[in-house]
Amino acid sequence: MSPAEETQIAQSARNGWLLATPSLIILALAAVGPLLIVLVYSFLAPGEYGNVEWMFSIDGWRGILWTKDIFDEGKFILADAHLTIFWRSVKLSLMTTAFTFAVGFPTAWFIATRSPRSRTMWLFLITIPFWTNLLIRTFAINEVIRNEGLLNTILLKIGVITQPINMIYTDGAVFVGMTYVYLPLMVLPLFAAIDRFDMRLLEAAYDLYAGRWQVLRRVILPIVRPGIVAGSILVFVPALGAYVTPRILGGGKNMMIGNFIELQFGQGRDWPLGASLSILLLIVVTAALLLYVRITGRESAHG
Amino acid sequence: MADRAFSTARLPGFSAIAIFVFVALYLPLLMLVFYSFNSGKAIGVWEGFSLDWYGTAWANDAVKAATLRSFGIALTASIISTIVAVMAALGTTRRRAFRGQTFIYMMINQPLMVPEIVTAVALLIFFAWIKVNTGYQGIGYIVVAHSAFCIPFAYLPIRARLEGMDRTLETAAADLYATPWQVFYRVTFPLLLPGIIAGMMLAFVTSLDDVVITLFVKSAGQETLPTYMLGQIRRSVSTEIYAISTVLLALTVAMLTAFFLLTRKKD
Repeated sequence: MSPAEETQIAQSARNGWLLATPSLIILALAAVGPLLIVLVYSFLAPGEYGNVEWMFSIDGWRGILWTKDIFDEGKFILADAHLTIFWRSVKLSLMTTAFTFAVGFPTAWFIATRSPRSRTMWLFLITIPFWTNLLIRTFAINEVIRNEGLLNTILLKIGVITQPINMIYTDGAVFVGMTYVYLPLMVLPLFAAIDRFDMRLLEAAYDLYAGRWQVLRRVILPIVRPGIVAGSILVFVPALGAYVTPRILGGGKNMMIGNFIELQFGQGRDWPLGASLSILLLIVVTAALLLYVRITGRESAHG
Repeated sequence: MADRAFSTARLPGFSAIAIFVFVALYLPLLMLVFYSFNSGKAIGVWEGFSLDWYGTAWANDAVKAATLRSFGIALTASIISTIVAVMAALGTTRRRAFRGQTFIYMMINQPLMVPEIVTAVALLIFFAWIKVNTGYQGIGYIVVAHSAFCIPFAYLPIRARLEGMDRTLETAAADLYATPWQVFYRVTFPLLLPGIIAGMMLAFVTSLDDVVITLFVKSAGQETLPTYMLGQIRRSVSTEIYAISTVLLALTVAMLTAFFLLTRKKD
């Protein structure tokens, strides 16, 4: 490397850092930095009226799974209520991911096989809900399924039912809501993968006497796998941390982990527990993202 | 050839599912729009066209204040995040890779990866501490928080635009004795402008949509439109929310259309 080139690199780095500094300051102040404080808080003792006592304690972390026995001071028992919430969060997120894939894949395929002109229109139609306020979309579902909502009103009017069906404030309602709000996140990466798919491979497969099911399973799905992984991660990650949708459609009883975290900073008044739950959620989400990087990285390395 | 590929690409049932998905995506939203013009209150019962709910919403001082606050925050946060994102994009694009570049990417994209509730809790703790120590209770906390999570949304379109730009124009300008500042102001900036506007619009919409982080960061009396709406949904639902939703929906569609036109590649 010539000295001139070395100066060029050094200058490039200096200017790069200099220009990125304002962004980095804002992000350190209001995004990354505060996360470190959460980590610290997860190892402090809870204060009496919220906040924390400044002394080291693992009560926050222990509180994730165990709770103090109210009858026997100093004894800890497994916190069933917490486990129920974790299980509901994981179950609903996985169900949402699976179902958005089941209907999102045909949708993405449909868009990718349109003529170039109408394809833009269909893509635009998927993008609008994607950018529409999540609160409004959840509210829309709320208005369809609540007891005095559109669905019950119509069913009552045409006489199919005599009593409104109670759909809202159930796990099912949260599932429907999350599927509705996160579906575009599945369709868009699937579309990107299918768009690159060489349709001539289909002809080759059919020429070699593959049936439709075989073509789908042995040709299409393996090739568009990076898109499947991307879509699944993009749906699973926000679903696991969902707050607004379970709050509106699940009511107070059908909490997910996001609502449970909020509870610790509100009525629960256990900031260290809330902090350790936040870190736990962050770890799970980061693990999912790393898995994604590994899978897609390996695939691009091979092909 | 294209025709044959098209027919083999047909998979049974896929089109039907796709159409169902589009109908299911739009029906609830269109229902909100439709009933926002209803003169009655009950959903599923059409009692004639009226703009009453828009009037009710606008006559409500809480809605008016929340709307103005939301737009003020979104405008400020999108301007701040776009300015710093332009700088960061210029610093990290089209130059030799340098040590720490990956770190900068990770920092900038971090808000996209961390669950909102975690950031919200983190900011609650951090800002509560600052509030106690400085006594400042103002709107600044929300603006800073929004500016931070808007940065990646502003950065990505700007960076995409920069990467697609022709470097030789800048070299030519420099060869013609333009100072670096002149090169930026007269060449780079005008070429980059569509990306900047696109980035700013995404940042604006992102800020306007935020519920979770605002909910945790705001002090008393600092309701934004989404936090106000969330509070209303909790109570008995009023049809004025339909009107507010419709306006926000129309705004999103208008902004997205503009965004598409701006970033569309010229064939």
